[in-house]
Amino acid sequence: MSQLVFDPSKVMDIDYTKRTEYLDRLEALRAGMRTLKEVPFHPSLPDKGYTNRTLYVNVDSLEVKEKPVTQQMKDVFIGGRGFGLYQLWNAVKPTTRWNDPENEIVISPGPVAGMTQYAGTGKSLVVSLSPQTDIPIDSNVGGFYGPLLKFSGFDGLELQGKAAKDVILFVDGVKGIIRLEEIEGGPEDSHVLAELLTHLYAEGEKDLPNVSVVSTGAAAKHSLIGMLNFSFYDRRRKCVRFKQAGRGGIGTVFRDKRIRALVVRGPKVAGDMNHPVDPETIAKTGIKYHKEIRENDGSQCMMRRNGTAHIVEIMDAYDLLPVHNFQYGSHADTHKIDSAYWQQRCTQATVDGCWYGCSMACAKGADGLVLRTGPYQGDMVTVDGPEYENAAGLGSNCGVFDPDYLLELNFYCDTYGICTITWGTLTAFVMECYQRGILNKERTGGLEMTWGNAEADLEMMHQLARGEGFGKIAGMGVKKMKEYLIKQGWGDPQLINDIGMENKGLEYSQYMSKESLAQQGGYALTNKGPQHDEAWLIFMDMVNKQIPTFEDKAEALYYFPLFRTWFGLNGFCKLPWNDVVPADNSSQPEAHKVPEHVQNYVDLFSATTGVKIDKEELIVQSAKVYNFQRVFNIRMGKGLREHDAAPYRSLGPVTKEEYESRAERYDQQIITEMGLDPAGKSTEEKMALHRTWRTDRFSKLMDSVYARRGWTSNGVPTLARLKELGLDAFPEVVEVVKQHL
Amino acid sequence: MKQLVIDFQKCDAGRNCNHECELECAIKVFKVDDPAQAALQIKAYEDGGGKAVLCDQCGDCVVVCPSEALKRNKLGVVMIDKQLCVGCYMCIGFCEKDAFMRNPDWIVPHKCTSCGVCVKVCPHGALSIVDVPEPAVRII
Repeated sequence: MSQLVFDPSKVMDIDYTKRTEYLDRLEALRAGMRTLKEVPFHPSLPDKGYTNRTLYVNVDSLEVKEKPVTQQMKDVFIGGRGFGLYQLWNAVKPTTRWNDPENEIVISPGPVAGMTQYAGTGKSLVVSLSPQTDIPIDSNVGGFYGPLLKFSGFDGLELQGKAAKDVILFVDGVKGIIRLEEIEGGPEDSHVLAELLTHLYAEGEKDLPNVSVVSTGAAAKHSLIGMLNFSFYDRRRKCVRFKQAGRGGIGTVFRDKRIRALVVRGPKVAGDMNHPVDPETIAKTGIKYHKEIRENDGSQCMMRRNGTAHIVEIMDAYDLLPVHNFQYGSHADTHKIDSAYWQQRCTQATVDGCWYGCSMACAKGADGLVLRTGPYQGDMVTVDGPEYENAAGLGSNCGVFDPDYLLELNFYCDTYGICTITWGTLTAFVMECYQRGILNKERTGGLEMTWGNAEADLEMMHQLARGEGFGKIAGMGVKKMKEYLIKQGWGDPQLINDIGMENKGLEYSQYMSKESLAQQGGYALTNKGPQHDEAWLIFMDMVNKQIPTFEDKAEALYYFPLFRTWFGLNGFCKLPWNDVVPADNSSQPEAHKVPEHVQNYVDLFSATTGVKIDKEELIVQSAKVYNFQRVFNIRMGKGLREHDAAPYRSLGPVTKEEYESRAERYDQQIITEMGLDPAGKSTEEKMALHRTWRTDRFSKLMDSVYARRGWTSNGVPTLARLKELGLDAFPEVVEVVKQHL
Repeated sequence: MKQLVIDFQKCDAGRNCNHECELECAIKVFKVDDPAQAALQIKAYEDGGGKAVLCDQCGDCVVVCPSEALKRNKLGVVMIDKQLCVGCYMCIGFCEKDAFMRNPDWIVPHKCTSCGVCVKVCPHGALSIVDVPEPAVRII
């Protein structure tokens, strides 16, 4: 396929400053609020990336306290996801479940977060026990909340307890005030609520960019798939925009705790607020990277024009785009939702970073969308781009190729507070169940869930937001829907389990892994469930062909989950790592690791914290947290080999139609991989051969990956591995493991 | 818009002057006596001639600035608001002329604002401020 060339003359003429505003509801909101508790604190800026304290708030008892960040926390857990997992471990028991008061939501930005000179440095990591998986979930999210929280004086925020009525937690990092407020009435949905709260807490128009809101929406409290919106104020559009902590249902925990919103008002941001030890290295590294984006992005991924949606057509061309619940890998209508379309539909003449200094600027916005359905019908809104995951999940995987409906689905997922990836995968599952007669109009309460029926898809979502109908069943997620369907006696249980795309209770994200062994492992052999945060290997496996052998793939499943974990320890975004590469990258050794960028990260960490590391130590830092998280899973009753099992749809063709759609390739594999002759065999016989071969191959991959990770064949980190990483300093961790050796 | 231009028919790239333009800029505008910190830099080529690194007020930096710290003034000159700058240096990285500068001692970057102090001191009369139309805003 040829490189897309951006044509500015084709960008749609849409006024990006126009949208429906809700500020006339501000006084009513204010009238419904009452202060429950106010505590003063001393705002402080970080030193070498750390403020050296975290904030603990119990929304039930109203206890507010500061906790010190110990040297051990920094040495072992670094920050971000590491801090979150450590504090959550200390807060819960093995019997704790997501809706117990002791479950926490921990938000931590990491020591590098808030840097303004390098792309992708504004991330917050959110950790909680997931309602979908019953194990820790972690989510890496942009927006301004994390950096502004740190610049107010806290390396993290722990939220515990369950309030009796809805509360808002306000941290004023300028005046030094922490305030818990009760709220009666007022909006729940993020696009209204965050706009109002941003204006309520900002002290004048110039202060608007210094306020960030964490919120969710009406669907979070009726489902298990709620997410959190982290806001940032878009100065040019003059509106509040969002990035999402999407996976695993943290928004559901948030609403179960009766938290309506978190608001931070930070100081005005400047370029040296982390007080790094070596600002000169940071400046030079940042400028070098900005130039690389300027010079290479237009001929590589075009992230500045399309965001991550640039791979829609690539995935389609390589037969990897999920279509109709991961049955197929391409579709004739993909061109309607590919990047050539989105770069015309998205506003281009503006700045789209979700934190200062992000020259990759992938947070594209589609303006001027007039909603056709739901409670905001007729309103004009700005909605995210969409990202690749949303174009594929809400789009092709459900057969929706109408871009305006796709944007509307994206908008409502966001404002209702549900994960777009999860919604895409669970709706695709519902639609396939409808296709195969497992569901029908009667069983869905009248929803005609046929492929591409975006109106029915939206109505199912509106039902969920209202807490009614089949939408509420869908909102349980694929795992519990499977159990529900089987319990009802609807459909063949094996088929339902084969096509329900979840592992550990979390829905698959939007890559069709059937043809990529590396991605099969990248999804299932994960700590938190199948997502592309941990091991997005499909591109290097299937497009760039950089890990061709079985050993290469197993090694990639050791290295990349650790490498990518490191982003979450520090508050980095992963995209700037390999969504642009230096012009000479392909001629470098281990090009798939993008070695120059790895060195950038080593330099940025050392220059911020003063702790000198190299690329090997970077992996060791990650390995400590990664293995701790694995043990945490085991402590909570999962984390073993059986929990890494994959639904067969992710490994191979479940149905006859799937097999026959790729018959030539699958027949050839019978010859070359199995040494058999497909001639004369029925499709069913050939499918059975494939099933045996593919599940066996996946099992062998598990063996190899576990061994490389220093785990037993049951997936348990060995005592030797724990000792090597210094995790034997935590007796509780050792105890958990001992029970499984 | 006001734009600083240089005439290399007159400028000899510092071969027969003391880089008065750079020095005057550094001292008068940036209050330092290091000409390397000036907002224009004259470079001599080994085989004769030279080049000037200076801002032509194209406005690309205005487009990429995330904090709206860069704006044109009424003369069309791109000015930086130090209060709004977040020190991200995208203006430096995205400047195709390398005309956005950074002093390691300062967080906020700097550039030529067509003020003309250099024009007055050039012994060869090679520098001048001209009035040219603003270019169209580019999508960067």
